[in-house]
Amino acid sequence: MNLLLKRILLPLTDFPLTVDAEIQSQVTAIFGPSGAGKTSLLDLIAGLRHPQSAFVQLGDRVLTDTATRANVPTRHRQIGYVPQDLALFPHLSVRQNLLYGCKDNPGSSSLFSFAHVIQILEIGSLTDRRVTNLSGGEKQRVALARALLASPQLLLLDEPLASLDTVLKSKIIPYLARIRDEFHVPMLFVTHDWHEVQALCGEALIMERGSIVRRERL
Amino acid sequence: MTGEECQLLWFTAWVSALSTILMLPFGLATAWLLARHDWPGKSVVETLVSLPLVMPPVATGLILLQILGEKGAVGGFFYRHFNLDIAFTWRGVLIALAVMSFPLLVRSTRVAFEQVNPRLEQIARTLGASNTRVFWTITLPLAAHGVIGGMLLAFARALGEFGATIMVAGYISGRTATLSTEIYHAFNNGDDAHAYRLLGMSVALAFLAVWSSELFMRRRKTAK
Repeated sequence: MNLLLKRILLPLTDFPLTVDAEIQSQVTAIFGPSGAGKTSLLDLIAGLRHPQSAFVQLGDRVLTDTATRANVPTRHRQIGYVPQDLALFPHLSVRQNLLYGCKDNPGSSSLFSFAHVIQILEIGSLTDRRVTNLSGGEKQRVALARALLASPQLLLLDEPLASLDTVLKSKIIPYLARIRDEFHVPMLFVTHDWHEVQALCGEALIMERGSIVRRERL
Repeated sequence: MTGEECQLLWFTAWVSALSTILMLPFGLATAWLLARHDWPGKSVVETLVSLPLVMPPVATGLILLQILGEKGAVGGFFYRHFNLDIAFTWRGVLIALAVMSFPLLVRSTRVAFEQVNPRLEQIARTLGASNTRVFWTITLPLAAHGVIGGMLLAFARALGEFGATIMVAGYISGRTATLSTEIYHAFNNGDDAHAYRLLGMSVALAFLAVWSSELFMRRRKTAK
């Protein structure tokens, strides 16, 4: 992955988000306490928040450049996002959730096959169920699969394990490792659990009050 | 119930239903804009939308008559180009009912849209969905109970409309008379039995509409 974040300035309630970083590791953790601006940074990369100033480049695609007023709309960014609350569509079945991103994404739909993704994440038996009837771990895997099936060039994971107990966490981490190893999708992984960072990530960016204060290679 | 009363009930019900359906696209668009966007002058639009709720219905009717009459901007246009009258016809009734029930439709629908988690819409966009697809596949289905509840409430409001209707369409038996204008006319002319039968029909119809609306709103709450 080569994600370039330059001149990022996004005013938040208590402090501004100010980031300058080049991210190259396959799985990079954004580590820091609650309220450090981690989710805002993911939102900005996904195009869901509009910064005062920013230059965001993924590979050779410039996604945002406020200097030239360039801004690729969220729907064309090809960035998968699994938010903390997962945001599964409650009125749709698991299958309909999974297939939602397969449309309107011409040219990228063949990157990962439906069968392969549901096999890796072991959700084949869930596809006809309603998402409201799934357990926490099942919802987590469905949200990951949905994001993957849209064939993203980058996967943003916002504290994907935060709502799970220790037993479920230890069950989900291998699935995330499988995604990393099988699909080779670069991931930005927001967490405030250092064990998760050590289990999955090649590098960690430590954030405090809207800024990256340290980088650690693992 | 006489044949004439049946016909009156049928006319009031279908013209109320049609006015709600006609207003629906405008109501959805206005409610969505108010729920999801901020722009300069938004409070003016909010106030304008709510005006028919608080203004005397007769005053709203008078404004409509000025616009829809043969010399009015809209009424004059239709009369000159299509030889079509709006004021003092069923079309006048339709427009009066639509205008008077519009605020209720917008208010209920706006609340329904506001209760849809915006994160779901954002994530749908990250999955490649256009704004149109997000609206039709995420926002509207999740707000559906509130929208239907709002439609039923608007329909109920239209059923009982009197002031604006009498100004725009007058009382022409068999042409523009609705349940409420007929009740007024019958009572004024001392035909109490007729007036009370119509009153019973009005209460029953309004009760059904408001009750269904409440049921839909309750289903929305329990579905959350």
